[in-house]
Amino acid sequence: MSNMNQAMVEKYRNDFLKEVKANVEEGDWVQMCMQCGVCSGSCPFGPYWDHPPQELFMMIRAGKREEVLSSNSMWMCTSCYNCIARCPRELPITHIMHGLAHYADRLGLAPKEQPTRKFANRFWDNLVKKGRVNELKLGVSLYFMNGFIEGIKTAMAAAPLGMGMMKAKRLSPMEYFGGHGVKDSKGLDAILKKARQIEDEKIAKYNS
Amino acid sequence: MSKKEYSFYPGCSSQKAASASNYQTSVNSMCDVLDIQLNEIPDWNCCSASIGYAGGGELPRLALSARNMALSEQAHAGQDIVATCAACWLATRETKERLLHDEALMKETNEALAAGGLKVEANQDIRHMVEVLIEDFGYDELGKHVQKPLEGIKIAGYVGCQTNRPFGIAGESFENPKYLDKLVETLGAEPVENYDKKVSCCGGALAFSEPEKSQALIKDIIESAYDGGAEMIVTPCPVCQLNVEAYQDNINAKYKTKFSMPVVYYSQLMSVAYGKSGKEAGLDGQLIAAKKLEDIAGK
Ligand code: SF4
Ligand code: SF4
Repeated sequence: MSNMNQAMVEKYRNDFLKEVKANVEEGDWVQMCMQCGVCSGSCPFGPYWDHPPQELFMMIRAGKREEVLSSNSMWMCTSCYNCIARCPRELPITHIMHGLAHYADRLGLAPKEQPTRKFANRFWDNLVKKGRVNELKLGVSLYFMNGFIEGIKTAMAAAPLGMGMMKAKRLSPMEYFGGHGVKDSKGLDAILKKARQIEDEKIAKYNS
Repeated sequence: MSKKEYSFYPGCSSQKAASASNYQTSVNSMCDVLDIQLNEIPDWNCCSASIGYAGGGELPRLALSARNMALSEQAHAGQDIVATCAACWLATRETKERLLHDEALMKETNEALAAGGLKVEANQDIRHMVEVLIEDFGYDELGKHVQKPLEGIKIAGYVGCQTNRPFGIAGESFENPKYLDKLVETLGAEPVENYDKKVSCCGGALAFSEPEKSQALIKDIIESAYDGGAEMIVTPCPVCQLNVEAYQDNINAKYKTKFSMPVVYYSQLMSVAYGKSGKEAGLDGQLIAAKKLEDIAGK
C-alpha cells in the first residue's frame, strides 16, 4: 500500500464520500446524483464498464473504497460528453471519471496493466518533456509499453498504418529526432511544478 | 468584407509532419480566400487533450491551457482565440469557464503561471474555426466564394463528440446538428440525410489504448455512411478524421468489410470548392484518396 493511500485510509476511515469530495476533481458533485441511470446508458464502451458512472456514484456513497478505486471502469471513459449533455442534475461526469482515475493512479490503486492508464501517463510524460506532443515518440513508447517482445508484435500489427501515415507525410520519422517543443520550456516546467505543488498542498491542508 | 484577425491556437496534431498537418494546409488555403488572418499564439503548448488526466491532475492541466490564454492575451489583445482542433478548443474553453466561475481556481492558476512570469485574465472568447465560419461569415457569404461547386458528391457529415458536446455550436442540437450538412450544401455537394452515426463516438484517444473496442465503434460510423449512400465523410475534428480514416484496413481484416471511404475536413471541401489545387487543399495527405475531390480540383 502506498504511503499516501495509507494516510488517506486512516484519515477518512469510513467516509469515502468525504474523501472523494476533498481529493477528486469535481468530486463534490457526487452527492448531487439522483441515481436516474441516464449516464450509464450513454458510454460508448458501455458493455466493458464493470460499474457504469451511476453505479460508481452509488458505491462511493456506500463507502466501497477499494472496489471503486481499483476498478477498470473509469478508464473506459472516451470523453464523449454524452453523459454531461444528458444528466438532469448537470453533473460534470466526464471530469469526475477523469478525477477518479487520476486519484486512483496517484494512490497506486489503479490496475497496473490498464492500457489507457499507461497511455494517458505516457501522453502526459511526452508533453511535459517538451510542452508539445510528439506523436511519433508517443506512438513508439506506446508500442513498447508492454515490454519488448509484445512491443514488436504490436508495432508489426500497426506497421501498415504507420507506413501509410509516413507516405502521406503525416508521421515523419524526422520527428523522432527532435520534433516540436515550446521555446520557453523552463517557464512551462516552472508553471507545471508550481501547479502540482499547489495541488499537493491543497490536499495536505484538507487532510490535516 | 474586410480582413478578420484571430489569435490562433493550432495544436499539436497540426504541426508540420504531424497527423493533421493536411488539415492545417487546407485551413490556410481556406483562410486565404476568406481574407482571414490567423495570428499564431507565440510559443503555445499542448492542451493535454482529454487524455492527459492520469498523469496531469486538475491544476497542472488547467495551467497548460491558461498558459496559452495568457500568451494570447499578451500578444493578441482584443482578438478571439480560434482553434481548429476539437480537443484543443474544448480544453481551452473549459479552462476559461472554470477560471471565471471559481475565484480560488483563478488565483491558484495565476500563482502557477507567475512561476513562468505570466498572468491570465481569461478575457478572450475561445472559438472553434467552424463557429467563425458560421457566425462571422454565414452560409451565404461562404457560398459566394465557390468557384467549383462540388456537384455530384454525396457526403456524410460526421460531427462526432467534442465539437458537439458539452458546448456545441450555437443554435444546433446535440442529437442532430446540421451545420456540416448545410456547409456541404453551400459548397454544391449533397449531404446524407439522417446519417445516424453523426454524433457517435469514435473512441477518441482510446483508439490507441483500446483498439478493438474503438474499431467496433468506427466500423458502425463508416457502415452507416455507406448505408446513407455517402462517397465521402467530412469532419471538423482531427481525432475523428484520423480514427475514421486510418483503421479501415484493420477493420476490413477483422470484419471482412470492404471499406475504402475517404475522410476529409470541411476546410478541404472548402478549399477545393474555392478553386484551390489538390495540394493546397491537403488532399495529398489522405491515406484513402478522395478521388472525386481530386478530380474537381484538377479541372
Ligand atoms: S445521469 Fe446524472 S443524476 Fe442520473 S445517474 Fe447519472 S450522474 Fe446521476
Ligand atoms: S464522457 Fe465518459 S462517462 Fe460520459 S458518457 Fe462518455 S464515456 Fe461515459
